[in-house]
Amino acid sequence: MAGNRVAVVGVGQTRHRSARKDVSIAGLVREAAVEALEDAGMDWPDIDAVVIGKAPDMFEGIAMPELYLADALGAVGKPMMRVHTAGSVGGSTSIVAAKLVAAGVHQRVLTVAYEKQSESNATWGLSVPMPFQPPLVAGAGGYFAPLIRAYMYRSGAPRHIGHLVAVKDRRAALRNPKAHLHLPDIDLQTVEESFLLWDPLRYLDTCPSSDGAMALVLGSEAVADAAPNPVAWVHGMAMRSEPTMFARRDQVNPQAGRDCAKDVYAQAGITDPRRDLDCAEVYVPFSWYEPMWLENLGFCAEGEGWKLTEQGATAPDGDIPWNPSGGVLSSNPIGASGMVRFGEAAQQVRGRAGDYQVELKTGKALGHAYGGGSQFFSMWVVGSDKP
Amino acid sequence: MNAPSEASLLPPHHHVLEYPGGYTRSVGPVVGRFLTGLRDGRIEGVRLADGRVLVPPTEYDPTTSAAVAPQGDHWVTLGPAGRVQAFTWVAQPRRGKHPLDRPFAFALIRPDGADTSMLHAVDCGSPDAIVVGSRVAPRWRAERSGSVNDIEAWVPLGDGEEPDPAPLRVPEQDEQPVTGIVSPVRLEYEINAGEATARYLLGLAQGKIIGGRAPSSDYVYAASRGTDPMTGEPTSIEVEVHDTGVVTTFCVVNIPGLSELAPEIPYASAQILLDGADNTFFGLIRGVPVDEIRMGMRVKARWADELKPDHTSILWWEPTGEPDADYETYKGYL
Amino acid sequence: MRDVAIVSFASSAVPKDAVHNEVEMIVPTVRAAVASSGIPRSEIGFTCSGSLDYLQGGPFAFVMGLDGVGAWPPIRESHVEMDAAWALYEAWVAIQTGEVDSALVYGFGKSSLGDVHEIMTLQTDPYYLAPLWPSMVDMAALQACAYLEASGRGEKDLAAVAARAKGLTVEAVLGQPVTHPPLRDADIFPVTDGTAAVVLAADDLARSVCERPAWIRGIEHRIEAHGLGVRDLTASESTRLAAQAAGVGAGKVDVAELHAQFSHEELILADALGLGEATAINPSGGALASNPIMSAGLIRFGEVAKRIWTGEVDRGVAHATSGPCLQQNMVAVLEGSN
Repeated sequence: MAGNRVAVVGVGQTRHRSARKDVSIAGLVREAAVEALEDAGMDWPDIDAVVIGKAPDMFEGIAMPELYLADALGAVGKPMMRVHTAGSVGGSTSIVAAKLVAAGVHQRVLTVAYEKQSESNATWGLSVPMPFQPPLVAGAGGYFAPLIRAYMYRSGAPRHIGHLVAVKDRRAALRNPKAHLHLPDIDLQTVEESFLLWDPLRYLDTCPSSDGAMALVLGSEAVADAAPNPVAWVHGMAMRSEPTMFARRDQVNPQAGRDCAKDVYAQAGITDPRRDLDCAEVYVPFSWYEPMWLENLGFCAEGEGWKLTEQGATAPDGDIPWNPSGGVLSSNPIGASGMVRFGEAAQQVRGRAGDYQVELKTGKALGHAYGGGSQFFSMWVVGSDKP
Repeated sequence: MNAPSEASLLPPHHHVLEYPGGYTRSVGPVVGRFLTGLRDGRIEGVRLADGRVLVPPTEYDPTTSAAVAPQGDHWVTLGPAGRVQAFTWVAQPRRGKHPLDRPFAFALIRPDGADTSMLHAVDCGSPDAIVVGSRVAPRWRAERSGSVNDIEAWVPLGDGEEPDPAPLRVPEQDEQPVTGIVSPVRLEYEINAGEATARYLLGLAQGKIIGGRAPSSDYVYAASRGTDPMTGEPTSIEVEVHDTGVVTTFCVVNIPGLSELAPEIPYASAQILLDGADNTFFGLIRGVPVDEIRMGMRVKARWADELKPDHTSILWWEPTGEPDADYETYKGYL
Repeated sequence: MRDVAIVSFASSAVPKDAVHNEVEMIVPTVRAAVASSGIPRSEIGFTCSGSLDYLQGGPFAFVMGLDGVGAWPPIRESHVEMDAAWALYEAWVAIQTGEVDSALVYGFGKSSLGDVHEIMTLQTDPYYLAPLWPSMVDMAALQACAYLEASGRGEKDLAAVAARAKGLTVEAVLGQPVTHPPLRDADIFPVTDGTAAVVLAADDLARSVCERPAWIRGIEHRIEAHGLGVRDLTASESTRLAAQAAGVGAGKVDVAELHAQFSHEELILADALGLGEATAINPSGGALASNPIMSAGLIRFGEVAKRIWTGEVDRGVAHATSGPCLQQNMVAVLEGSN
C-alpha cells in the first residue's frame, strides 16, 4: 500500500431499518459517528477532517448535504468533503479518508456514509426518467437479472444457487443486531416460493431498502498504537472504474473488478484469497452476485464460483466465510453499504464482530463495494497486524 | 469549439424532477420541539454552552458540535418581536415556493432574546419600508402544522406598537409533538439531446438506426452518445446499423407498474446486439411467449406506424423466426 | 510532502450550449488538457471529477461523464459531488500517497438547463431554510446587505468589482436597476455551461513535461457552520483559516483568482486573504465574467497556473468556494520556480 500506515481505530453504525422516523438526517449520521468516536476513544475536537459519502442527492432531496451536516459532524472549522461514486461510494469514501492519513495530511479522519432513502423511494431515485435517454422499463433488478442469466448459462450453475446465498446471508444476519432484516424462519423453500420478480431473481434473492449510516475513524500509526481498542490495519486499498457500456464489454465478470482485486491483493501480499483471507465482506445486493464475485475476485477459477457456494465454503462455518454480517442482502442503505462492508471487514480482524465473529487464522479480511452498471469497484484488505 | 448560437437539432425537452407527494422528513426531537412550538405560536431558542441563544435551534452546537438536548431549561421562549439584521427584496416571488406570492423582503431576523437570526419573509409592501434594525413581529397563520411556514411572514411594527399574539389554534384530537414535515420539491429543466443522440433520434424518425464509428478502433456503437467510451474519442463517422440482431441475454419482469411504458406483466427485457454494432443495449421483447425467449434468439425491430425522433419509434423487438445465433458469435458481448 | 504541480489546463464556457450534451462538452476539454500536458493518457495515474446531479435534473451525471475520458483499460477513478477544485484536492492527496505520479481532474455542468438559483436552494437546511425556498441570489443578497452594513462599503465598491469583471464602466453598472438589493445584474454571475480540466504531475515528471511547473505549495480547505444567521456573513472565517494554513502570507501574492460569484464576495474574500494593492485580482474576469458551476473553482487554479507557466507571475493564490454565502472555502498557493 502506498503511503504511511493507516488503521481503522473506531467503527460505528446505526441499526439499519426500513425507515428511521425517530431521527433527522443529522441525527442518523450522528448516531453512527458517535459510536465510532467512542470506539476510538476520541471526542469531536480530536478529529482533523471529515469525509462523507452517499448515493445520489435525489434520494433525500438535498443537494450537497455535507453543507447542512457540517455542524452535526464536528466539521466546523475543519476540512470536509463529499464523495459520490454510485453504489461503491461507501467503499471509495473509506479509501479517500484513508488516503488522507496515508498521505500524511491528517492524523485522525472521521468518515461517514449514509442513506435515509425512506424520505423518498429508492426505486424512484435510481430510475428518474431522463429526456432523450432510452426509457428504463425494468428497474434496477432488471439490469442485473439478465447478467445473472448469462452467468448461469456460462457456468452451468443450477437454479437454486442464488437461493442458498439468500438463506445463508439472512441466517448470518440473525447474529448481527445492527442488520435490518432478521428473518428467523428463512429457508430454501421460503426463498423458492417468494415472488419471482425478475426471472431468475425472486423477492428474497434481493436486498431490502434501508435507512442507515456507517462511520469509521481512520488513524495514523501513532494514533493506532495509542488506540484503546484493537485496530484494523489497512494492508491495501484500490479503486477501478470502466465505462458503462463499450464494445465487447464483459458485464458478467468485469475487468475493472478483476484489476481492482489484483491490485489490492498485490499490496496486501495475498496470492490465494481463499486461503490468505479469513473472511470477506462483499457487496452482494442480489444473491447470485456471490458466485459471480467469487470468480471476479479470484477466489476460484472462472465458472466455479457456484460450486464454492454450494459446498458451503462461504458459510459462516466454511473455510472462507462471505458476509458473516449478513451483507447487503440483509441491510442496504445504498450510500452506506460499501462502508458497511469495509467496516465489517475491519470489525472481523479487530475481533470485535461479536456473535458473528469468524475465527481468525491469517488475521486478514477483504472489504468490497461496487456500483453503477457493475463498473465502479473499491476494495480494501485489512489485517490484525501491521502490514 | 461550441458555438453558442448553433441551434440544436431537436427541440429541448421539458423535464420535471419531482418526488410525488414530497419528501417525508422525520425531524428528530430537537427540531421537532422547535416546530411544535411554532405550531403553538411560540418561537423557542436554546442557550448554548458559551451563553449564546441560538435560533432556530439546531441539534448540534455549531461551535463545539455538542448535542443539544430536546428538554431542559436551556430552552427559552423568544420574541414576540425581533429586529432585522439583513434584508433583500424579492421582486418576483417564486409561486408555490416563496412564502408570499406578492413581492416581499427576505430577511435575517433576530427575535428578542436571541443571539442569532433566523431567515424569513417580511411583508412590508416595498423595499423602502424596511431597513437594517427595523422592528418586526410574526404574523402567524391560523392553520398551523409545525413548520417554518406557520409564520406566514413577519411584519413591521410601528413605534410603540405591540405584536399580535398568534391566533388560537385548536389542537387535533390526541395530537402529538411534531415528528416530521412533508417537503414538496419540484424543479424544472429544459434538456437538450446532445448532438449524437439527436442524430440517432432523427434517424429513428426515418426508420434507421444510426451508429457512430470510432475512427481509431472501428467499433460501431449503436445509439452512440457521441464517444467511444474506451478511448473518449468522438464517434464521428455515422454508420447505419441493421434493425435486426441477437438477444444476448434477458430477464422476465413480473413486477407491475415499474414504468409507464412497460407493457402488462410478464414481459421480457433483453440486451440486444444489433447486426453491424459492437455494443448491446436494452429493449423490450414481445410477440413471443416469455417462456419461449432464449439467449441467441434473433429479433427485429417493430417500428411504430408513426415515426418520430424519439424512442417511441421502435415499439419493441420480436423474433424473426430465423435459427438462433450460435453462442460463440455473441458470447464476447455479454 | 511531494512537490505536485499543475502542468496543463483547458476549459470551455458558453452561456448556453443547446447542441451538445455534457459528454460532448467534456471531450474536447479533456483532450486539450491531456495533449498539452505532455503525458500520454494511458500514463496518467488517477482521474477525478466534480459535478452535480441536480444541475442536470437526474442522478449519476458523473457516470455519463466517464464516457468522455477513455476509461479503458480500467482506470483509477473517483468523483466528488462538489466543484472540481475538490476533485483536484482528492487527486493531490492520491499523488501525495505515492500511489500515482499524475492525475487528470475535470469538472463539468450545464447551469442553463434548470433555474440554477433555485437548484441551489436544495443545499440548505431541509427543515429551517429550504421550505422557504431562498434562492442562491436571495441568500447572496442578504450577505451583501450584511457586508455593506458592517464594512461601511457601498454600492460603488460593488460596482467597481462588477465593472472590472464584466468590462463595463462603473457608471454603466450604477445605471442598472437594483434587482436583488443591494445587487444589480452586473453584481451577479452569468449563467454558464462549461467544463474544465487540469493535469497534475509530481516531482521530476512535472519538471520533464513542463518548463516552469505551477507548484502547489499549500492547499487547504475549511467549512463553516451552516445556518445563515449563525455565522458571521461579513467575514469569511473559513477562507482566513485556510489561507493561514496554506501559507498565503509567507510571500508576495502576484495574482489571486477568487471564486466570487457575486461582487461583494470578491471584497469579502480579498479581506479574508489579506490581499493588498500589489495583487492582481481575477485578471481572468473570475466567476463574475464566466461561471460554469462545478468547474469554476477548478478554473481559478488553471488561471493562476497558466500565468505562472508564462512567467507573468511568480506566486499566486487560487480560491474555490462551495455552499450558500461562502460556507466552505479552499485556498491554494501556487508558485513557479526555475
